[in-house]
Amino acid sequence: MNLTNLFKIAFKALANNKFRTFLSMLGIIIGVAAVIIMMAIGQGSKESVRKEISKMGTNLLSVHPGAEMMGGVRRDPSEMQTLKLADYDAILENKRYVTYVSPEVTSSGQVIYGSKNTNSTIYGESPEYLDIKQWNIAKGNSFGDDDVRKGAKVCLVGKTIVENLFDEGVDPIDKIIRFKSIPFRIIGVLDEKGYNNWGMDQDNVIIAPYTTVMKRLLAQTYFQGINASAISEELSDEAIEELTSILRTSHRIKEGDDDDFTIRSQQEMMETMSSTMDTITIILVVAAAFSLLVAGIGIMNIMLVSVTERTREIGLRMSVGARGFDISNQFLIESVLISISGGVIGIFTGWLGTLVCNQIGFPASIPMWSIVVSFAVCTVLGIGFGYFPATKAANLDPIEAIRYE
Amino acid sequence: MVNKEKVIIELRDVKRKFIVGDESVYALRGVSFKIHEGEFVTIMGTSGSGKSTLLNQLGCLDTPTSGEYILDGVSVKSMSKNQRARLRNRKIGFVFQNYNLLPKTTAIENVELPLMYNSGYSARERREAAIKVLKEVGLGHRLEHKPNQMSGGQMQRVAIARALVNNPAVILADEATGNLDTRTSFEMLVLFQKLYAEGHTIIFVTHNPDLARYSSRNILLRDGRIVDDTVNENILSAKETLDNLPAEEAMEDRQIESAADNTF
Repeated sequence: MNLTNLFKIAFKALANNKFRTFLSMLGIIIGVAAVIIMMAIGQGSKESVRKEISKMGTNLLSVHPGAEMMGGVRRDPSEMQTLKLADYDAILENKRYVTYVSPEVTSSGQVIYGSKNTNSTIYGESPEYLDIKQWNIAKGNSFGDDDVRKGAKVCLVGKTIVENLFDEGVDPIDKIIRFKSIPFRIIGVLDEKGYNNWGMDQDNVIIAPYTTVMKRLLAQTYFQGINASAISEELSDEAIEELTSILRTSHRIKEGDDDDFTIRSQQEMMETMSSTMDTITIILVVAAAFSLLVAGIGIMNIMLVSVTERTREIGLRMSVGARGFDISNQFLIESVLISISGGVIGIFTGWLGTLVCNQIGFPASIPMWSIVVSFAVCTVLGIGFGYFPATKAANLDPIEAIRYE
Repeated sequence: MVNKEKVIIELRDVKRKFIVGDESVYALRGVSFKIHEGEFVTIMGTSGSGKSTLLNQLGCLDTPTSGEYILDGVSVKSMSKNQRARLRNRKIGFVFQNYNLLPKTTAIENVELPLMYNSGYSARERREAAIKVLKEVGLGHRLEHKPNQMSGGQMQRVAIARALVNNPAVILADEATGNLDTRTSFEMLVLFQKLYAEGHTIIFVTHNPDLARYSSRNILLRDGRIVDDTVNENILSAKETLDNLPAEEAMEDRQIESAADNTF
């Protein structure tokens, strides 16, 4: 019997038992929709994490002093005083794969304006810091190289600082705030950036020239770190190599000795985050896949009932010339029809589900391959769980089947 | 009408043994006969005489334990399941006691069924062939009716049309009138006699001895052996018998019959 006729027969048999067909389809629909939604949520959160990270600049590289062994004791990296101005100059002089460089010195403490105060962190940076971080200024101006040279007591502040220190409607530009009793003049306000993935308020910052923070605030000659940006995300690895060799030379590290600094790229961080998200997604999808397995068993059950119920029909078909092959195909196509149409409806339901997820604030986006995979899984389910009932039907003895009561 | 030149069915000492538990039971203990083209044969016997087993052999649903069965020139004994399915599809038309029509399926589609398993027919040819035989059995006005919209007689006519549609070498009827009232039974016999007159080979298996007088040859089976095989020289006309039946009684029976829904 040709395929068109087989499909017609299968379709008719299913249409004759609409409600039953729908119920066995429902399992598949729920299973597929669950898998799709879980994958979409996994993918969506991964994308949103990626977006967050790339907001901070995907080509960001950060150099930190490495933990050095002093007489067999490994010391806290933040105590290390190995990154110096000379390293910064060496990088500026020799950089090829690196575009922007900014040394970093930070200090946390109380900020005061008038009768109000708040706690914040001051970042001593070069003007290129904003380019590295891809941050914009909402109001006012940034400081320039001139301010760095002079160690000018100027600063940029984030939104949170403005909110905490100033009454509504007050223009913070040109106001003097005090950080650990040192006065800084606000020359610009940064764009609002919100919280990052680690729950850190990116708007609770003060940025000032690194020279000012080093000399006037901390009285230190070393940096806590150096931020840099590679020419592009793809060239991050080359940029890391370049920075490594520049710093090794300027630190006079012998061949074979360990670096006394570490360089981390944003990309690396992104991969770590992504792989965490992937693990969560896999767990979710596996849980949802179990419901698909249960749905498959449901199909097998209903197909077995259908075979028993239609024993006489099978006997008749065999006596007028149907081969076992024709009969098994007929039932296989039925189960595949159930599972595939269930799959299609499930994909659609899953798509609706992700829309709802997005509405209620879960970032979700359906990866294309998940649709393809769901479709394939449904076909396999239909054939897999339809095979046993179909074989059972094909192996019936026509003599007994035709007289079956 | 009977073509003595052409043998459609030939059985040579056919035996069929069933294993029941530790015992082996012979349902057929060596049956031999030939049926020529155009014969109308009734095979009779009480229950347990081996009728059904013989019918399964003739219908290629089963193979003999020993002996030889030749259908229209081909030996069935060594055929595989699939080969026999093909043979049934091309050479045999079945008519069952309980009609065995597909429910929720129109007369045409029911009749088309055997041709569905024959790739030589296109959809249009199938439909044309189905309409042609349905007209032959007098159901030209019931083409699109479904089994639950038809009487028992009409359903059996559809079943006969289905047996005819593949132009078989032999029509095997298994108690084809068993579920029908007297009047409808005779209407069926009229139809079978018409087919006989047109040259079809018919084997009618029944336990009703009355039907024997309307066929051209009677084979009587007892305990798996043929005990009688006679040619009926004086074939009664089913049409005459039908015309002589009292009309009213038949009407009542008919109503009862059409109320019964005999499909699966």
